Amino acid sequence: MSTTTQAPASEATDQDAFLARLREFVGLEATPTRYAQDAVNQAMIRHFVEAMGDENPVYVDDRAARDTGREGVVAPPPMLSTWLMVGYKAHTAAAAGAAPDTPMARLLALLADAGFVGVVATNDEHEYVRELRLGDEIKMTTVIEDVSPRKTTGLGTGHFITTLRTYTDQNDEVVARQRFRILRFDPSGAKPAAPAAADPALRHKPFILRDNAFWFAAAAQRRLVIQACTDCGTLRHPPGPICPSCHSYAWHEVEASGRGTVHSYVVSHHPKAPGYDYPLTVVLVDLEEGTRLVADFAGDAGEVEIGMPVQVDWLDYDENLTLPRFRAATSASEPTEEEGN
Amino acid sequence: MTSTFLSGRTAVVGIGATEFSKNSGRSELQLAVEAVSAALADAGLSPADVDGMTTFTMETNPENMVARSLGIPELKFFSRIPYGGGGACAPVQQAAMAVASGIADVVVTYRAFNERSGVRFGQGPPPAKTQATSDNEYRSWVNPYGLLTPAQHTAMFARRYMHTYGATSEDYGRVAVLARKHAANNPRAWFYGKPLTLEEHQASRWIAEPLHLFDCCQETDGGQAMVVVSAERAKDLPVTPVYIRGAAQGLGPDQYQMVSYYREDLTRIPEVELCARQLWAQSGLGPADMDAAILYDHFTPYVLNQLEEYGFCGRGEAKDFIADGNLEVTGSLPTNTHGGQIGEAYLHGTNGVAEGVRLVRGTSTNQPDGVRNVLVTAGVGVPTSALILSAEG
Ligand SMILES: [Zn+2]
Repeated sequence: MSTTTQAPASEATDQDAFLARLREFVGLEATPTRYAQDAVNQAMIRHFVEAMGDENPVYVDDRAARDTGREGVVAPPPMLSTWLMVGYKAHTAAAAGAAPDTPMARLLALLADAGFVGVVATNDEHEYVRELRLGDEIKMTTVIEDVSPRKTTGLGTGHFITTLRTYTDQNDEVVARQRFRILRFDPSGAKPAAPAAADPALRHKPFILRDNAFWFAAAAQRRLVIQACTDCGTLRHPPGPICPSCHSYAWHEVEASGRGTVHSYVVSHHPKAPGYDYPLTVVLVDLEEGTRLVADFAGDAGEVEIGMPVQVDWLDYDENLTLPRFRAATSASEPTEEEGN
Repeated sequence: MTSTFLSGRTAVVGIGATEFSKNSGRSELQLAVEAVSAALADAGLSPADVDGMTTFTMETNPENMVARSLGIPELKFFSRIPYGGGGACAPVQQAAMAVASGIADVVVTYRAFNERSGVRFGQGPPPAKTQATSDNEYRSWVNPYGLLTPAQHTAMFARRYMHTYGATSEDYGRVAVLARKHAANNPRAWFYGKPLTLEEHQASRWIAEPLHLFDCCQETDGGQAMVVVSAERAKDLPVTPVYIRGAAQGLGPDQYQMVSYYREDLTRIPEVELCARQLWAQSGLGPADMDAAILYDHFTPYVLNQLEEYGFCGRGEAKDFIADGNLEVTGSLPTNTHGGQIGEAYLHGTNGVAEGVRLVRGTSTNQPDGVRNVLVTAGVGVPTSALILSAEG
């Protein structure tokens, strides 16, 4: 199938049809149910904990295990997949090309023919329902739970495949679940020129102190406020405990319109800190109300110039922190007066 | 009102430094004691003569460690100055005040670090380093947006200055070209034998627009020290005294560290003007009396601001003042003859104080004729300081 070419991304209907074919596999058993070759036993547990350097006595000492309220020795949870390993002989046979025809094999072949030959594991979530005890006989079923629509990632475009492995015991009671996700991608489609946007959660955080906490609390609600002296009305930013004009400690916050003009700006290239996209444009804005504020510029570096009208916008850094950024004012908003100073 | 009391009462009688490198290969304490030893030897003094020390709060070598390392038995006076390079000249002022007041007789001021091979200031603050105090609160208004380094902080002022006065990146570049020209003729300089063309400056990569790589000073490993004694005692020493005619600190209105963005006019640096006002008042001298200048050049744009704040030219005229060749060795105000921190080394301006001493002694490798008075400045953008070093007491 070397002549197969990947459909252009714009051909949405082809993509939809392809996704529909992939999703026919959802709900099928990816591979036949696998049975443990041996019951949970002390010998394998002992080898495992010795290799791992785990000295917890509940894995090897029946009395110690009972002292903790257990019924006896239990197996370390990380051994879960160990019990289901097929063994060296079967493993080498599979690698030699004697892979059985399974729904998973057919799904992967379909993806490979479409150019999605790269593979990377992206998630592996475990849920342990109960600890395994000596004598438990474990089996594992694997179901194809989901195939994602085509996604563009840093590695290239591809589809995420999620499988759910359910581990049950001799009474068919569930002992654990494992959700495993891989990305099958087209390595020729990697787009290094357009990396995923930097994660703002990695950015430097503000120091929130008693004197400035109100401002950040307002920003968390996407409100741009300015500290105002209650006695003389002077606005001040950054905030402080006392009015530098009349020395009053009384203050309140006033809502800013969010409109202003660019007083100056920086386009930063080096060094690069995590959480920021470079070139990084930062603006110093004369707010309509008269105070000044530094924030990100949400737009291309080439777009910004001193005196241009801007309008506040907001960026969520994480669940607790939202900070302003500015973008070019839309034509709908009133033009602000020409830059001051 | 500014007193003339301090003017000429004390003198710098010794300067000493290590080599300036990118990887010293030895401890910061060793760099400090090497520099102090060299400065004392230059002055014809011994460690036992020292009874005072001044340095920076950022200095990692405390006075006690330098003193015990050198076998200095007693210190009667020690003080430190904050704000990094803004303190370049202030420890010398501290020394002068201690000596003039009779508190101490021989005060050594020093600065030593492995700033290139160790903790680099140009990389921005390590996230875990800083604490939620009012000292760091200014970072809350710039760091989250990615303004983390001194170059980024300075670029905001430089862009506004360009907008206001029509200055260009080439105008900033001429400062770097001049520094490298001087450094090329200074064997102590990192860029000895390596001049820079304006084309190379323009072609260098952006650090933070409008700053190119060559608008930024170096990062350096090294140490520098100076010795201050009274004018009286200086007469007994085997060196030409270099008198401290003026010594000032300055902290301006609505002052922040590097990011005083909230002032009306970002093309003005009021704390620099405050230093100028004090120096002229203390010394009775003026800009026309300065035969040379060491202007703190962590970033080229601030050299233009300083020329204007000290009154060497009018507002917005610095670009023309520079382009006309006034800062050349043969010009009206030979500037940064050692190569500056761009060309010689970044020692938080202390190497510039040493060059000021050499200019008065007549021993610079780029020595102009007839130097009697030299202006030396400190870091701009932070609370700052300045000196007038002079052949006359
Ligand atoms: Zn007030």
